[in-house]
Amino acid sequence: MYRSRGGFFVPKMTRKILSYAFKRLVFAVPTILGLLVLTFFISRVIPADPAALVAGEMATPGQIEALRKQYSFDKPLYVQLGLYLGQLLRCDLGKSLYSGRRVFRDLIDRFPATLELTIVAMLVSILAGVPLGIVAALKRNSLLDHVLRGFTVGGLAIATFWLGIMLQLLFSMWLGVTPLGGRIGVSPPKFITGLYILDAVLTLNGTALLSAIQHITLPAITLAFASFATITRFTRSGVLDVMQRDFILYERAMGLPPRLIVYKYLLRNAMISTVTQIGLLFGLLLAGAIVIEMVFDWPGLGLYAFQSIILSDYQAILGVTLWAGVVYVTVNLMVDIALTFIDPRKAEI
Amino acid sequence: MSGLRLAWIKFSRDRLAFSGFLIILSLILVAVFAGVLAPYPEDTFSIHPAARLQPPSLTHFLGTDSMGRDIFSRLLFGARVTLIISIIAVGTSLLIGVPLGLIAGYSENWLSELIMRIADIFLSIPQIILAILLAQSLGPSIPNVILALSITYWPWFTRIVFAETRSLKQTVFIEATEALGANPLRTTVLHVLPNVSSSIIVRSSIGMGFTILTAAVLGFLGVGAQPPTPEWGVTIAESRQYLPDAWWYATFPGLAIFFVVMGFNMLGDGLRDILDPRIRRGFE
Amino acid sequence: MNQNQKETLLSVSCLTVHFYTDRGVVKALDRAELNVSRGEVVGLIGESGCGKTTLARSVLRVLPPGGRIIDGTVLFTGKDLLKVKENDLNTSVRGKAITLIPQDPFNSFNPVFPVGTQIKDIMKWKGNAQDGKEIREKRILEMLEQVQIPSPRDQLKKYPHQFSGGQRQRFMIAMALLPGPSLVIADEPTTALDVTVEAQILQLMASLVLGRGISVLFITHDLGVASQICERVVVMYAGQDMEDAPADSLFSNPRHPYTRELLESLPNPEGSIKDIPGEVPSLVRPPEGCRFHPRCSQATDHCSRQRPEKAAVAADHWVRCFHPVG
Repeated sequence: MYRSRGGFFVPKMTRKILSYAFKRLVFAVPTILGLLVLTFFISRVIPADPAALVAGEMATPGQIEALRKQYSFDKPLYVQLGLYLGQLLRCDLGKSLYSGRRVFRDLIDRFPATLELTIVAMLVSILAGVPLGIVAALKRNSLLDHVLRGFTVGGLAIATFWLGIMLQLLFSMWLGVTPLGGRIGVSPPKFITGLYILDAVLTLNGTALLSAIQHITLPAITLAFASFATITRFTRSGVLDVMQRDFILYERAMGLPPRLIVYKYLLRNAMISTVTQIGLLFGLLLAGAIVIEMVFDWPGLGLYAFQSIILSDYQAILGVTLWAGVVYVTVNLMVDIALTFIDPRKAEI
Repeated sequence: MSGLRLAWIKFSRDRLAFSGFLIILSLILVAVFAGVLAPYPEDTFSIHPAARLQPPSLTHFLGTDSMGRDIFSRLLFGARVTLIISIIAVGTSLLIGVPLGLIAGYSENWLSELIMRIADIFLSIPQIILAILLAQSLGPSIPNVILALSITYWPWFTRIVFAETRSLKQTVFIEATEALGANPLRTTVLHVLPNVSSSIIVRSSIGMGFTILTAAVLGFLGVGAQPPTPEWGVTIAESRQYLPDAWWYATFPGLAIFFVVMGFNMLGDGLRDILDPRIRRGFE
Repeated sequence: MNQNQKETLLSVSCLTVHFYTDRGVVKALDRAELNVSRGEVVGLIGESGCGKTTLARSVLRVLPPGGRIIDGTVLFTGKDLLKVKENDLNTSVRGKAITLIPQDPFNSFNPVFPVGTQIKDIMKWKGNAQDGKEIREKRILEMLEQVQIPSPRDQLKKYPHQFSGGQRQRFMIAMALLPGPSLVIADEPTTALDVTVEAQILQLMASLVLGRGISVLFITHDLGVASQICERVVVMYAGQDMEDAPADSLFSNPRHPYTRELLESLPNPEGSIKDIPGEVPSLVRPPEGCRFHPRCSQATDHCSRQRPEKAAVAADHWVRCFHPVG
């Protein structure tokens, strides 16, 4: 069952996981391709006059016409598609009306802010949601369980942007304990990754770290709210489901310590359904980022998208959509592969 | 006792589903009778600058907005807007998604692959972002919001129906009826639909909640309903510049959204518990 | 009397267990009685739903949610397990003095951990506390060779789904024997296996258990299997024990009407299976008295009013019946 690979012994299961990962990667390509075609369709075929949209509301007919020629909107569709795909391969997403720069440049610049916000939000929802979900399941039908269930059902019903506004009203405007907006109140730390908190830690910059944390608190909590609710629910139902399985019965009957059963054996199985959700939740976070960044003046892709909407900066909106799609597909791919490490049966397909 | 009556009794005993049902019922009543219930029905289009930004009082139940319009009345009419948008959007995605799911599940060739791939592609972008792009491409208006929402939601229905159809098709039952001369397509459809209807109903209810939230976001961002439409998201957007003083301006529309979406989620959850026979407690 | 020669290891008496469900209270066990001596292999047979598994789970106190032990005593080496504190039960009885070979080896393995992890944990927590890691591993490998798992060291890294049913059951047997138990409860260990594999597993179990003084409570609904491996057999029906006799005695000369019908229902050479008239009763509203009386050809009025006491009809052969046959 061991095969020698250049001197290393590779267990069969590991080989299976690697080949599964490779297969999924290959399959992601047509999805992204389809995504590109879809956005092409939406941006070129659906609007009445694509050139006018790209040119913006302020453009004169002459400018629109020039743009039409420049972007080849007058050529047949299949030619346009070819040119479009070629442009994308060169990372040419057009020019932004707002900044005047290449859209791609804008996206790269503003991505770290959104990434940081999304990661923190994800961490918050996992670190809060998983333990609470477990407790709710273990103490099923207790008061705590009912309170949590009510809380999570409610959490999914709150409009994220409204919650942000309310929290801002309470904590920033009335109580004055959190900043009104922005990403940091002092000079940002030296650029290493673009993630302020990480960079501040790496460069041992205490003031920047404190300010960054203060500023990220409210937006991250708001953003995390809906995904926290989902994670709690899925963890709870995952644990309840696993608790009834035969192997848990066997482990109980064989007298393994209850702590061991819950935290080692039960948890990993229960996590399967939760981790599956994380990919989808990431999409929710990306979407929520748009409004959150707008409410809290967070200089990320979300705010960029919003400003582009206001100004009808069409190329920019298109660019953000593409970017979001690619990131989303990538994250789901990573989650999928990560799942095979938790549950090796997945790789057998 | 007929099956329907039995189901109703079971339904009314489930507090979660029933409360959700009551909330939605009141939403529908409010939406339909907004003209009668609202103290200032003319405030959907007329303005009273003198009475602007007044806090909640006996004359103006929830206060007034930046144009002096009664917020309570506008909320009631906003219910109408919200309901129309969501019902049509979910209904349309159902009408697109379910047949596609049936076709994809029944056929086992390239057509099925194609449909599911397209569904995957649509699902590969977070829905709101796609809806924003669509709304922007089409131009901001309510009909375009409905269109954008329908286009982004149909894959969910397709997935459910596809899975159910496919699994049913592979049962011996279909082969048997086929051997007896029955049209397999017709049999499949006739037998899949009852089985999958409960999942469709649950997903529709949750979809309503989701659609209402998304529509509100689109309104808030300015790509959906436009002022002076009393849509809840639009109202919250208007309110921002008057915070923190006019807190009522932002608070109440959000609460309205909350209650309505909560209602649909509770109904969907409750229905899922009732309709899904696999969830059983106790000794098996 | 019966077990003077051997010491009684497990003595279940008057065990009554109820399940509280949506559909009402299921009276799964009614004053059930069972004895296992040291080194004895006792079979517990009966149709599905007769309470065999419930009895086993009650001994270990691992009933599913909704289950409650209403009354009874379970004496194990002198202590009443139903009164022992949960913590003590878990550390010294479960998985140590009494181990389990489960019915479905596939679902009884945790699917997301390698087999080795689970075996090592059993050994770590249920084996000798003084043994170091190397000794534990050595003993695991030795045991795996005894259950005829080839190249055990490599196999430990694999996952449960990579094995066949027979191999998984071998692992289960190993895990049941490693802690050095005095009693092994085997809950239908061959039901989920192929017939050919079944014979191998039975033989393996027999060879490992006999001569070591390990008692076995062998639960099965397969009479053929019971006759092969058990010294003594207890017959259960609808939550009550009906007959308790040495295996050859029981199979050659069954004295309880139910046992007799059960044996006659075995496919005979002409290929016909004789069904026992009637159906297994609902345990929510079980029959009064002897629960077999509605289907019994020998039943009288008395049978419906009072449950028979356990009485000897021959040397060491016990029945609960007012009208034993044969």
